[in-house]
Amino acid sequence: MTNETRTQGADKPALIVGVLLLIVAALIGYDASQQTITSNYGVGPTAMPYVVAAGLTILGLAHFVVAFREGLPKPDAADGTALLWIAGGLIFLIACIGLGGGFVIAIAVVFACTARGMGRRALAVDAAIGFVLGLAIFLVFAKVLTLILPAGPLEQLFL
Amino acid sequence: METLLSLLHGFTVALEPSKLLFCLIGVFLGTAVGVLPGIGPALTVALLLPVTFKLDPAGSLIMFAGIYYGGMYGGSTTAILLNAPGESASLATALEGSKMAKAGRGGPALATSAIGSFVAGLIATIGLAFLAPWLVEVAVKFGPWDYFALMIVAFVTVSATFGDSPLRGLTSLFIGIALGLIGIDKLTGQARLTFGVPELLNGVEVTTLAVGLFAVGEAFYVASKRSHAPEEIIPIKGSLWMTKEDWKRSWAPWLRGTAFGFPIGALPAGGAEVPTFLSYSTEKRLCKYPDEFGKGAIEGVAGPEAANNASAAGTLVPLLTLGLPTSATAAIMLAGFQQYGLNPGPLLFAEKPDLVWGLIASLFIANVMLVILNLPLIGLWVRLLAIPQPWLYAGIVVFATMGTLAVNGSPVELAMLFIFGFIGYLMRRYDYPVAPMVVGLILGPMAEQQLRRALQISLGDPMILLENPISATLLGIAALALIAPFAMKGLNRFKASED
Repeated sequence: MTNETRTQGADKPALIVGVLLLIVAALIGYDASQQTITSNYGVGPTAMPYVVAAGLTILGLAHFVVAFREGLPKPDAADGTALLWIAGGLIFLIACIGLGGGFVIAIAVVFACTARGMGRRALAVDAAIGFVLGLAIFLVFAKVLTLILPAGPLEQLFL
Repeated sequence: METLLSLLHGFTVALEPSKLLFCLIGVFLGTAVGVLPGIGPALTVALLLPVTFKLDPAGSLIMFAGIYYGGMYGGSTTAILLNAPGESASLATALEGSKMAKAGRGGPALATSAIGSFVAGLIATIGLAFLAPWLVEVAVKFGPWDYFALMIVAFVTVSATFGDSPLRGLTSLFIGIALGLIGIDKLTGQARLTFGVPELLNGVEVTTLAVGLFAVGEAFYVASKRSHAPEEIIPIKGSLWMTKEDWKRSWAPWLRGTAFGFPIGALPAGGAEVPTFLSYSTEKRLCKYPDEFGKGAIEGVAGPEAANNASAAGTLVPLLTLGLPTSATAAIMLAGFQQYGLNPGPLLFAEKPDLVWGLIASLFIANVMLVILNLPLIGLWVRLLAIPQPWLYAGIVVFATMGTLAVNGSPVELAMLFIFGFIGYLMRRYDYPVAPMVVGLILGPMAEQQLRRALQISLGDPMILLENPISATLLGIAALALIAPFAMKGLNRFKASED
């Protein structure tokens, strides 16, 4: 398996992971260098970040080595549309909760989008199922567990 | 004797009607969620953690124990009837179990797995009850340096035993430790890696990371390669019950599986994979009908299932006595403890004996409930397996977001869930194990605290780690475990893939 990849040059995913690890390491190191509180004896709060940054740097460099040898396992082609549906649903969820749209609507959309991403073609039906599911969860949490999930105008009707 | 008294006292706590009810709900929910394909016990516990939020600590921990055992039992059901092990610990079960189910002996396979889990759980919990107080006495003498060394051992073994490549395991672990740095430093109050975002001051929630990586990541992953055919459920034909012959062939594997599972589970090396596969290969060798192996030998289900359950009780030994989680499930259980401000360890036994012994007693009760509940309800669990995949994963994502919102209803938390989910997807795609990241997040800050405490005592002299015999030995073991995988590639056979 090594021969095959060697002829194609470096393994791109491994290179990218290596670069990302180095960036994270630099970020942690920079953050530690900006810290102002120190400890009088023993080690302060900056020691561990430097150790972790060093570890990540080593791992990042090791990924470069791997990139030029066997590389990372080759995955099958991914279905990008499916990923976009699920990601879209989750991003709507974040926006909906952030803007005060409430739990039930957010859940209805997430449910419908995820089911769509998994290959179902009945967006409206799934949204309705998600709506009922979301409402049921909201009410169970509110009435039984006395924990109020994010409430929008719709949820106010039930409180 | 003292142990027996404590245990009896534990039973008086766990047998209160309300506690029994919590245990029953836990077992029921745990099985229901654990039986869903693709969901292992770790994810089951993480998804159901928010449900226990508003209960009192004792009640919720008891419910937890039920969820844990229920989740494991549900996982075996999936392994046998779908040939889709939800976690690595039931890989061995799936080998023979699915063959038995195909041969129309799904009922006896499920029965031997349930009764084997019961026997193993019972013996292992007795082991836990007697080993824990003894270990607590040892642990009281541990200094911060010893704890630090112990955590290093856990780091190394967890990242080396999960997944095929130590490099990818260590990368996952270090990202987890890096995530653990985020927030206010507990010893000095210094804010680290928060970048001015106030929501990050409290650090990253373990449940958010676990649910993101396991649940959302799995949904992304399954959706991305959807072309595969739907899984086929093997219907249960014939009697549910084991014949006399089945019993005769099952009891010894149960006991041997327990003997493998409990000690290995109790070591800070993590995982039920090694004992389940050890048990599988042992039964294969000892079996009187070796040609049945590969076609559905009941020993191949009885042994690994017992080993699986025994090792689950085993992982509770380091968790309760040292506060050391050695598996992803244990890490999330620890998060559950911490949600009530409880820190497992020697002190917990002294300060909250009711709670600890109540929990141990409820493990016995959860075991009994599982057997009573699961054999009659098997039809219901099978129906759960038949939920169409789009609804199943849509439901999982809904539960994941519900859990996150219940813990902390901020958009920042949800954004983290989303990001962790995507990271989890990429890690699955490129075969990085995700469990070390969870363990890194929870153990990283603990290891740092212990190290800094040790260095404060030694006035900054790092030699203190090597001057104490226990910590020196443990660090030596860690170094060996780190080098061994590179030295002996032949051990690959026992390398595990995870949840």
